[in-house]
Amino acid sequence: MLAALIIVFREVFEAGLIIGIVLAVTGSVPHRNRWIGGGVLAGALAACLVAAFTGALSQLFAGMGQELFNAVILGIAVTMLTWHNVWMAHHGREMAGEMRAVGQAVAEGSKSLLALAVVVGVAVLREGSEVALFLYGVAASDGGSGLSFAIGGFIGLVLGAGVCLLTYFGLMRIPPRALFATTTTLITLLAAGMAAQAVAFLERANWLNSLDTVVWDSGWLVSETSLAGRTLHTLIGYTDQPTEMQLLVYAAVVLATFMLMRLTGPQPANRAVATG
Amino acid sequence: MLKRPTLAALAAIAIFQVSPSQAQQATEIRLTYSQGQFQPSQVSAPADKPIAFRIKNLDTKAMEFESSSLRVEKVVAAGTEGIVNVRALKPGRYEFYDDFNDKARGALTVQ
Repeated sequence: MLAALIIVFREVFEAGLIIGIVLAVTGSVPHRNRWIGGGVLAGALAACLVAAFTGALSQLFAGMGQELFNAVILGIAVTMLTWHNVWMAHHGREMAGEMRAVGQAVAEGSKSLLALAVVVGVAVLREGSEVALFLYGVAASDGGSGLSFAIGGFIGLVLGAGVCLLTYFGLMRIPPRALFATTTTLITLLAAGMAAQAVAFLERANWLNSLDTVVWDSGWLVSETSLAGRTLHTLIGYTDQPTEMQLLVYAAVVLATFMLMRLTGPQPANRAVATG
Repeated sequence: MLKRPTLAALAAIAIFQVSPSQAQQATEIRLTYSQGQFQPSQVSAPADKPIAFRIKNLDTKAMEFESSSLRVEKVVAAGTEGIVNVRALKPGRYEFYDDFNDKARGALTVQ
């Protein structure tokens, strides 16, 4: 039971953090629960599909199908997160402010919600497919310990939801004025971290071989497998042995987000945006 | 709408990509996984050369080949074979395991 609990929790943890952040980001947007719930549901369904076809997926691209699939969906999430940030720099004022315009803002708000729903879906999909495979394997093998595994898995899931709520309420304690800057920074680092992760997948697939020298090894300080390491990995893309290409792409995403927000954002001195 | 990061990533791939055939010849290590155990569980490889694990999962459930020191993590579905690429390594001992079954463990010795 403990094994199931640990495995499920470890997978759900990352998705929980991301959903918590997205919930906080969309705090003031109407109908956001519908969109995010939809993202979770679509992600869970897709996870089951991916789990069912893992064997076939692996055989694609000379055995590197999984790696490339992960790189692609991470790329989609990075695009959506960046797009959201840029969109918010442009429209964020009227959304976050008290005088939220109804008609147009709601319609446009749902565009940004779609992007974030995709991000949530991707997070659930990536973590969920492993949970599905693991639980399926357990269910298929022996009936005796099935129930205790189910209980363990369920507790793991509940704890994951707890992480999501903790993240959400933690962020909601931040005063509204500072919240926008905080979430913009979080989303930017989240996107940069995902891009660096996508690079790692391309490197594993041997699709990206240049600049693959490990720059440092900080495993002695914060191991990537520790709880702190996993949290930092999800939030800011921490990895204890980054390659040159990972660092380069990470910096490029942060820089590109900053520039795009500058270009599209309102011209008057905009300090909330500049912190991103 | 394509964003700059995506374009940059695509450009980076286009410019820097080295096809697998041009990559340095990898040392191949074949493992089978059955009844919750790696066979063989102790393997070795020369240092400073990339390594490719080929893991054949003969069991009826999926396994996840994982190692934090090798920085790899890959699900191998029941009855299929998974390939895991590892960069050139320094001499040392690198443990690997099945993330779905903590009794299945093995180690790679690089010398």
